[in-house]
Formats: sequence, C-alpha cells, structure tokens
Amino acid sequence: MTDESQPYEGDDIAPGVTEAAGYSVREGIQSYAIGLVLAALLTAASFYTVRTSLIWGPGIPIMLVMLAVAQMGVHLVFFLHITSDPDNTNNALALAFGVLIVLLVIGGSLWIMANLNDRVMPAGEIQQRMMQMQR
Amino acid sequence: MSTVDAFTPTFRPGSDPYRLGHGPGEVHGLARGRGEGGPASKRVIVGYGFWIFLLSDIVMFSAFFAAHAVLQTATAGGPTGRDLFDPTSVALETACLLASSFTCGMSAVATGARSQLWTQVFLAVTGLLGAAFLALEAHDFAGMVAAGAGPQRSAFLSSFFALVGCHGLHVTAGLLWLGTMMAQVFVKGFRPAILRRLLCFNLFWHVLDIIWIALFTMVYLIGEGR
Repeated sequence: MTDESQPYEGDDIAPGVTEAAGYSVREGIQSYAIGLVLAALLTAASFYTVRTSLIWGPGIPIMLVMLAVAQMGVHLVFFLHITSDPDNTNNALALAFGVLIVLLVIGGSLWIMANLNDRVMPAGEIQQRMMQMQR
Repeated sequence: MSTVDAFTPTFRPGSDPYRLGHGPGEVHGLARGRGEGGPASKRVIVGYGFWIFLLSDIVMFSAFFAAHAVLQTATAGGPTGRDLFDPTSVALETACLLASSFTCGMSAVATGARSQLWTQVFLAVTGLLGAAFLALEAHDFAGMVAAGAGPQRSAFLSSFFALVGCHGLHVTAGLLWLGTMMAQVFVKGFRPAILRRLLCFNLFWHVLDIIWIALFTMVYLIGEGR
C-alpha cells in the first residue's frame, strides 16, 4: 500500500489517537490523568451510594445508573477521545446508533418481562384456585 | 487572443484543475474525509471500522445485560447477590481495570512520542493489572462454585456467569492481543500498520472498561440491594 510508505500526517484524529498536530506528551498525560481522577471519583461515589443512608432507598438504583452513565461519558471523552471533532462525526453517529440499540434491547426486555410477570398468576395462587374448584 | 485560455484549464494526468472535491478557498489537505479534501486517512478509516465492531460487541453485551436484568430476582430459592458478592473484591477488580485503562492510555501517549521503552513498560503494567483483575474474578467464581452457587443453581446465577464470564473472556482475549502487540512493537517498531493495531487495541481495552462500569453498577451494586 502507498499509505505504508508515507510518513504519518498529523492532521486527522480518530478515537484513541494521540498524534494530532501540535500534540504534546504533557497534554496527553494531563488528559488521561483528568479522565482517571473523574472516573475514580464517580466509581467511589457509586460504591459510597450503596453504603450510605443519605439517599432514599428506592432512589439508589437511579443514582447508580446516573453515576454509571456519567462515568461512561468520561471514559468516552478522555480515554476513547470521542469528541465533536469533524473527523469524529462518523464515530459519534455510530455511537448514537449503538446507544439506541442498547436502550431498545435492555429497556424493551425489562418492559416486556415486567408486563408478562404482572399477567401471569403466581404459582401459589394457581394451587389455591385449583383447591377451590375441587371442593 | 488568450481570453479562452484563461478559462480553459490545462489538463495533466492526475491533476485536479477544477479543484473537484475541494471547498472554495479551502487549503488543500486540511479537510480530508469530509467530502471536500479527498478520502480520509487509513488511520481514521481503520479506527472507524474497529469502532463499528466494538459497538456491535456492546450490542451483544446488551443482550446478556437484558437477560441478567430480567432474571436478577429469579434465584429459585438459592443464594441471592447479597449472599454471594464480596464488595471488597468487586472494588479491587474495578480499581484494577480502571488503573489498567489509564496505563493503556499512557502507553498510547508513549507511542505518540515514539518511545519504545515506555510503550513496552505501560503495556506490561496494563497486562499485569488485567491479569490481576482476571485472577480476582477467577477466585470469586471458584468460591461461588465451591459454595454450591454455580451456573446451574438458578436462572439468576446462569445469567450472572454468562454475563460476567463473557466480559472475563474478553479481558483474556485482550491480554493475548496485548502480548502479541508487545512482541510486534519490539520486533517491528512503530510502523504505520503497527500504530493502527495499537490504536485498535487501545480502543478495545477502553471499551472493556466501559462494559465493566455497566457491569459493576448493574450486577453488583444494584444486585446487592435486591
């Protein structure tokens, strides 16, 4: 391939690329360090949320999901470098579609199965009805 | 008269007299891959293609997540998450994976600076942290199976082992890939092809960490409360 023989041109950025024009080692380390600190804080917050009594019980799962989504965002931006950069448009669009599918699969499954659980009579109740009919 | 010549560009093979595919007034080569500066570089295309694969992997994981979310309370009278999960071990595994994600990023920075030594050092640290994660997870699994809470005990445990085991297998595959990349960087140096493979490996490793975020949140933290 001709591309192999050409020296790398630094005017394009893909996720994970740390070789953009004007890139410096210091900036690279800084960006990853910010990502690490934010991710560590959010992880710690998640583990704290489970232990603490500060938050109303039923609200804990919502809090945990929120923290997880925030941390995924941090990872996407600081570790995977999915940004609003023009070279990243396709990556961001693909990610949006992926998120849509994931939400459909997980949300849809939970919704349908919760509905089915509501409609199906618990096993104990079925036995009770059978006994009543036999009498 | 030369008025016609002023509007008639000279054609040479391979030239682009009308600047087709270039925006007006745009400097050549600065807007590649966006319909105005010629095709994107191979690096951008490879990164995009691998990103598509990773997203399809995430979609596959979402099916495992959905199954586990539905079956989380289907314990069939057996042990629940609260009985089985050790929060300390989960926290340690999370720390290992997050730290390995960071050192993986550091290896990318070292690669950017074309430092063979630091690239190898950070890749090795990444691998060790990944191995520590796997060892902790294997230890947890062995403890659960020994306590009679194997995948055959209940639907909850089947979906648990499928989901967490699938992530563990991905980490194992990542470790094999990491070893391969260390050898390739050592033998072949920073060729363009090797740089692209390193890029893909970095993406893969970071995505494993993102999946682990969803995993420890849903399986362990929310699962403990059920």
